[in-house]
Amino acid sequence: MSRIGKIPTTVFALFIIAFPWVAHKIPSIEHYADIMIFAGIYCLMTMGLSLLMGYAGQISIGHAAFYGIGAYTSAILTVQFGLNPWPCIIVGMVISAVVAVVVGAPSLKLRGHYLAMATLAFGIIVYIIFNEEAAWTGGPDGMTGIPGLSLFGFEFDSVEKYYYLVWGFVFAVFIFTVNIIQSGIGRALRAIHVSEPAASAMGVDISRFKIMVFVYSAVLASLAGSLYAHYLNFINPSTFDLFFSIKLLIMIALGGMYNIWGAIIGAVLITFLSYEWLHYFEEYEVIVYGAILLLVTIFFPKGLVGVPGIVKGWFRE
Amino acid sequence: MNFVEEENILELNRVVMAFGGLMALSNLSFQVKRGMIKAIIGPNGAGKTTLFNIITGSFPPTEGSVMFKGLPIEHLKAHKIAKRGISRTFQTVELFGNMTVLENVMLGCHTRVRSSFLSSGFQLPQFRRKEAQVKDSAMKILKFIGLVDKFNDPADSLPLGEQKILEIGRALASEPELICLDEPAAGLNETETYVASSLIRAINAKGVTVLLVEHDMKVIMNISDEIAVLNYGQKIAEGSPQEIQNNRRVIEAYLGSE
Repeated sequence: MSRIGKIPTTVFALFIIAFPWVAHKIPSIEHYADIMIFAGIYCLMTMGLSLLMGYAGQISIGHAAFYGIGAYTSAILTVQFGLNPWPCIIVGMVISAVVAVVVGAPSLKLRGHYLAMATLAFGIIVYIIFNEEAAWTGGPDGMTGIPGLSLFGFEFDSVEKYYYLVWGFVFAVFIFTVNIIQSGIGRALRAIHVSEPAASAMGVDISRFKIMVFVYSAVLASLAGSLYAHYLNFINPSTFDLFFSIKLLIMIALGGMYNIWGAIIGAVLITFLSYEWLHYFEEYEVIVYGAILLLVTIFFPKGLVGVPGIVKGWFRE
Repeated sequence: MNFVEEENILELNRVVMAFGGLMALSNLSFQVKRGMIKAIIGPNGAGKTTLFNIITGSFPPTEGSVMFKGLPIEHLKAHKIAKRGISRTFQTVELFGNMTVLENVMLGCHTRVRSSFLSSGFQLPQFRRKEAQVKDSAMKILKFIGLVDKFNDPADSLPLGEQKILEIGRALASEPELICLDEPAAGLNETETYVASSLIRAINAKGVTVLLVEHDMKVIMNISDEIAVLNYGQKIAEGSPQEIQNNRRVIEAYLGSE
């Protein structure tokens, strides 16, 4: 993951740019651009989470809460106070960062999987708040009338326009994250991943880096939540439940957590599975996710991005 | 022998380390003078690595104090001690195998360079400048330790001898005043051992104080100015290599008494 080639990045960018245009010409996949908007929103979250899981070795089971904090901050500030959406998105990100420090710092100073427990509890608490604080959040009915986004008079009012907005964010975050991985911070994270004793003996403050990555992933989840709210113009608590946090983990496990491409591939695949390809299973959908997680962890522990390496290994034998 | 100023860079006072009922170190006091090469020897299980772990902050001692440059450090965390100027290597090589030789040394520069999250992510000019400086000084260290040709190889592809050397290089990158080497010659053949000993001498010649745990007596007797001998967590002798060689208690500890 330390080196990201220019060629795959360019191919990726061209594919994203051309996708809606191609999808538009084929009636059976015409609506795929719409699904890709959700995939992009999920990508924002999985990129941050894969840094957290792959490098800091920590699991968050509460990212739906940060996603929700972003969405509800945007919704409440725009609907109830009539503010412009852009500052609201930033306010959501700041709130998420502060909350992430408060929730994450105590558990990240310890060794072990305490963050998973803390975020599990945190996710449930936030979900209850979304449901119960009806005066602010609308309770289980949710909130409607969330405005769309516009920039300098340009309205992102069609699927195509919003698609390019979301994927523009994905691409910017992708570049930012790759830069981080290749900087001294990324070196420190990779060092922590290999040997915590050696990293700290070299002066790396391990808990500081873990908190940093956790906050980054929370801020990205908040951004994703705001983009979601301003796209659908409607939110309710069920989007931000525990199962969604787990779904994010499945995305990363499927794609591969030690690789930023894995985060993107996993998010896109699971999005299409859940919005499009798994409808036949109806209520058994959850079982399919379980099966995916099971198969991936047993046979491809490095996720789909690890498959070429495994295949190469076969040929060498 | 350039320790003209008789200043103790490191001082341990009555250090006790108990793991449950096991006394790994009991009432250990000793000093390291600035500029010297001091060796710690002793049979297996004498508490040498425990001593290193206390000095470098892997865990705090049960009792007693560790003073570095006159200030107590026994309750600081490892990364803070590294910033104060103590660096170390490990008995079993702890390189970052998934990184290149150069990146390993660049990581060693970590204490000296602080780059912010935003300036790294946006690749601001100040970030690029710092990164270039780090690369520069890391390359200088690779030249010094003789691994400059292999700067782009993955660290785990090196033979053991070079991995040990690289670990010393990584420890040097933080520009420490005291470097703790845990068995730098373990598992090395004769040529590699020679290379390692000359490197330790060269590091010392640059003014870095060296604290060394080693089993290879030839290395110890050749390069150290002073030796402390541990047995069952206690210091049983201390002195120049000649004194130690003739010390009855040391011979007993190693060979058993009659």
